[in-house]
Amino acid sequence: MWLLNSSIGKKLIMSISGLFLVLFLLFHMSMNLAAVFSEEAYNIICSLLGLNWYALLATLVLAAGFIIHIVYSIILTLENRKARGNDRYAVNVKPKQVEWASQNMLVLGFIVLGLLVLHGSQFWYKMMFAEIMGYHEVTLGSAVVSPQDGAAFINYYFSNIVNVILYLIWYVALWFHLTHGFWSAIHTIGWNNQIWFNRWKMISNILATVICLGFAFVTIAFYIKNL
Amino acid sequence: MDKNINITLKVWRQKGPKEKGAFETYQLKDISQGSSFLEMLDILNEQLVNGGKEPVVFDHDCREGICGMCSLYINGHAHGPDESITTCQLHMRKFDDGATITIEPWRSAGFPVIRDLMVDRGAYDKIMQAGGFISVNTGGIPDGNAIPIPKKDADLAMDAAACIGCGACAAACKNGSAMLFVSAKVSQLALLPQGKVEAARRAKAMVAKMDELGFGNCTNTRACEAECPKDISISNIARLNREFIKAKLQD
Repeated sequence: MWLLNSSIGKKLIMSISGLFLVLFLLFHMSMNLAAVFSEEAYNIICSLLGLNWYALLATLVLAAGFIIHIVYSIILTLENRKARGNDRYAVNVKPKQVEWASQNMLVLGFIVLGLLVLHGSQFWYKMMFAEIMGYHEVTLGSAVVSPQDGAAFINYYFSNIVNVILYLIWYVALWFHLTHGFWSAIHTIGWNNQIWFNRWKMISNILATVICLGFAFVTIAFYIKNL
Repeated sequence: MDKNINITLKVWRQKGPKEKGAFETYQLKDISQGSSFLEMLDILNEQLVNGGKEPVVFDHDCREGICGMCSLYINGHAHGPDESITTCQLHMRKFDDGATITIEPWRSAGFPVIRDLMVDRGAYDKIMQAGGFISVNTGGIPDGNAIPIPKKDADLAMDAAACIGCGACAAACKNGSAMLFVSAKVSQLALLPQGKVEAARRAKAMVAKMDELGFGNCTNTRACEAECPKDISISNIARLNREFIKAKLQD
């Protein structure tokens, strides 16, 4: 099967799974923005994404997207290290056209993943997972709240400066990852030429900035609200 | 003004493909800045031979930037610090008096070292043999103008055809990927009516051979196009991806 065996096929898997995750980020960011304007509206979204088959199925598909993207990043990196050979250059200069992010996608990916685990344990584990386990109340610090009360979770975690800083680091790593990742994904599919090259790069930068600022805005807004 | 300079060379010496290599340091005095980089190496080798030592082995042929035979990773750049030229077109006026110049062979699993600075780039020939051609019947030569070709396509094909297969792309790539080379060779033919006939078979065969020979997977870092002596654009890589995916989907 060419998709699994050829280099371009494997890259295509990275590309499509990456684009799928970008769509998820856009959805998640839009959902978060609602919380700033109305905590009630946000809780309605949270209850929609609670314990029902559609949300569970979507979560499984999303998890599969993450797993495929991560597994293939590791496979491709190992293959590339092997192709590079054992002898490294004693002197190697990075040409100025080469973006720093493009050569550090795996490291950036691991930073994103590490903070994703933190985020999952803080939110998903106590929300959807608690509901799956049949709990109707979870403890947040000293309070006891419903696992569908998303606003309570945001208020609780983002009132802590350590969390805010960790999440901001997360968004910055994500920004770097996306500035290269998005246009590179399009390039791998083959939808690029000399005219669209700069356009896709610009779209990448805008997309990464919108996603990064969107998430950061919600995080900072809730920190200020709880001062 | 060109003057004479004294330089220190750190040259990679390796007796054979399986031997362990190491850097050797050499001093050269009174090198004219008007001389080419390869002439400077000729002077070094003359000095070594006169001293009863083994000369440094390096690849070179036409010395005018069209054959793709010269290589060398000089001070961290494929084909040296100057842009859009091959090593043979590099001149000593790019270096200052007292400079230390580090010279390494292409380092990539696809290009094993034969000796010192000479590497085996036969892998690129094998990729070409897999499909980098058009099949034609011999006989009368058709008139060149009989097939109309849009100017834009002709220009893009010509730009891709400028690739001399020197291997700088794979050498500069952190992934050891040969995608810029393969994409240039696929593009120069895929863009033209004569090459379109076998485009699908060509893209599949050349990519399969590239993978088989152990070249890495492209991650679009663009180091290849920055170091390419012929300024081959990575938009060719997008075209190769397109040609390959299209061909596979048609199967």
